[in-house]
Amino acid sequence: MADSLIQNDMNAPAWKGGDVPYKASYGKLMMWFFLITDTLTFSAFLTGYGFSRFKYQDIWPLPEDVFTHFPFLHGDHPLLFVALMTFTLIMSSVTMVLAVNYGHKMQKNKVILWLSLTIIGGIAFLSSQAWEWGHFIHGDSGAVKLKNAEVIHVVKEEKIFSIYELMHADSHAEEHHGFDITEFKERFNSEEDLGIKLYDKTFLDHNAAVEYLDKNASEILLGANLKYNEYGHVLFADYFFFITGFHGFHVFSGVILLIIILINTIKGTYERRGHYEMIEKVGLYWHFVDLVWVFVFTFFYLV
Amino acid sequence: MSDEQHSGNWWIWKVFWILLGLTTFEVALGMIKPDFLVNTQFLETKLLNHIFIVLTLIKAGYIVLVFMHLGFEEKSLKWTILIPAFILVPYLLFIILTEGAYAYLMM
Repeated sequence: MADSLIQNDMNAPAWKGGDVPYKASYGKLMMWFFLITDTLTFSAFLTGYGFSRFKYQDIWPLPEDVFTHFPFLHGDHPLLFVALMTFTLIMSSVTMVLAVNYGHKMQKNKVILWLSLTIIGGIAFLSSQAWEWGHFIHGDSGAVKLKNAEVIHVVKEEKIFSIYELMHADSHAEEHHGFDITEFKERFNSEEDLGIKLYDKTFLDHNAAVEYLDKNASEILLGANLKYNEYGHVLFADYFFFITGFHGFHVFSGVILLIIILINTIKGTYERRGHYEMIEKVGLYWHFVDLVWVFVFTFFYLV
Repeated sequence: MSDEQHSGNWWIWKVFWILLGLTTFEVALGMIKPDFLVNTQFLETKLLNHIFIVLTLIKAGYIVLVFMHLGFEEKSLKWTILIPAFILVPYLLFIILTEGAYAYLMM
């Protein structure tokens, strides 16, 4: 009796796999699971940004006042440069789908062409981001930091006036290491048409400003980094570096993955394997990077 | 996606033009900032911001469903991936942003 029971168990068919409920390969499934976790990571970053923005809504810098420059163009061009970056990334997403599509058809040369263009798009995006970071770190007009850590700006007719101009300094000269606050106050006091814009975005005329600065000003801020930010609240700079930096790191890893699969395609690895599924998996990651940028673009630059 | 649709590239370019059009529209709105959209408040924020968010979600939908091919995967796989995001992200947004608004009031 016992013998036959054991015998029966031994003969019962063991599950040998073969049933694929999701009809997707192991690799693709794992890439999707990774992307779910990454989605939640980026959601946490952006909601964190939302928290600080809600909390400091009266003093939060407006992105359109911060990112106003375009290479080789003078004047204010808010949104134009990020629009170009967004276009670059969407374009590289399209070239990626084309590469995947030709992979399905086993057309090696077309895959090589569109993968290469995707890599160029990724590098173009990273270069744009480097330019924007450089510009943000360098800053525009400088600001005055008060003793209570608030950041205020010099204005002329309610438009931000450059402290470099007031101090007769070249903002792109290598050697300057900041300005002395007493010297700044002297220059400010003698320029009758200058006022200041306070932290809560209200304005003071010259006479009130002279008195206010004399009582509260502590130092001149030039540019932005993790410790201070001439455009306003330091958290704005922290989130900017952290979120766009983390996204940029994703783009960078994506470019590395693309270069690896491009080399494999050229060597004919996928041709011999009989399918181009690896292109599809890296493609999923690449589109995800584009997807995150769509949200960063809206919540960091537009809203 | 059916084989017949897979045969050409037109569906890729169609999505490209949709994404490009929506982005251009967003940038134009962000530059012009029409007064009635900026001054109309709805659910604690400008109407303009609601338009940006809706357009962003449409773009995200096209990227995920067409470019990432999720719209043409097995239904069970599609919902396994989408449901955690649909539940957790709005939940996170709701509690954190409510808390942010409260922190503002308490400053």
